[in-house]
Amino acid sequence: MAVPEDESWLDDDAGRLVRPYTVSNGRTRPTNKLDLLSMVMATGRLPQAHLDPDHAQALDLCHNPTSVVEVAAHLRLPAVVTKVLLSDLVDCGAVTTRDPSPAADPTDRFVLEALLDGLQRRL
Amino acid sequence: MAYNDGSELFPTAIKLLIAGGFGVGKTTFVGSVSEIEPLTTEELITEASIGTDSLAGVENKSTTTVAFDFGRITIDPRHVLYLFGTPGQERFWFMWDELSNGALGAVVLADTRRLDACFEAVDFFERRGIHFLVAVNEFNHAYHYEPEEVRAALHLKPHVPVVLCDARDSRSATSVLVSLIQHLLVATMSSNSA
Repeated sequence: MAVPEDESWLDDDAGRLVRPYTVSNGRTRPTNKLDLLSMVMATGRLPQAHLDPDHAQALDLCHNPTSVVEVAAHLRLPAVVTKVLLSDLVDCGAVTTRDPSPAADPTDRFVLEALLDGLQRRL
Repeated sequence: MAYNDGSELFPTAIKLLIAGGFGVGKTTFVGSVSEIEPLTTEELITEASIGTDSLAGVENKSTTTVAFDFGRITIDPRHVLYLFGTPGQERFWFMWDELSNGALGAVVLADTRRLDACFEAVDFFERRGIHFLVAVNEFNHAYHYEPEEVRAALHLKPHVPVVLCDARDSRSATSVLVSLIQHLLVATMSSNSA
């Protein structure tokens, strides 16, 4: 079956037409430490090698700063497979990343007050 | 490291968990407060990944697919809040470190018709030392209980807030998050002065 290259390999009923771990070439361990809430963003540097459709689609989702978990949801891939793809893109310089750890401190008053202000504005 | 160049361009991602039993309205709650349609993704977790987040040696381990919903609220250019609905039917998530690690706090949604469904979540957050509040989702036709009755039934410590909400209502659900952040601020101040 011919699938145009610019369309994703998805079928509404059947889901993805390619098995998840085929996409990551069987790999489940990304070379970079990425968390569900690691932020990723395209650098604008295109890799030398031609990107396969899954890597290209992942890169397309990173034009603005976004989280690993959002990329996974849009790719309809398990988070662990998405991490492998994004990690490949980091390795070739196409994507930059930031660890989510600064958010991990629940006693950071600056963060808590920013959240409180932001949420109260929505009421 | 080279790939950390320009990290100041990134907003800080903050995680809150929305927990509670199956069918209590977690997805509804996330949808009410989120600025995007709630998204769903899944993770394959194995016995090997529990506590280590590694899939090495996966061939002899049992694996389970855990699906979870999440939503997003952009607070300001520097802070983005993510709300993760914990997988309702799966008990595995209690052992899935990555979901709870780094969570700023949690909302335990409760349905007064099935209060026992949130026992596990309450136990979990107490054990992990993750600050939480209990939000009673007031379903139509459910008997109305006062917050203090819910507190007694759940054996909650006195400092744990209990609030009432309608998870379908954006303002009501957002108020729950405001109460949670206020609770976290109080906890921060009391731990600093201790």
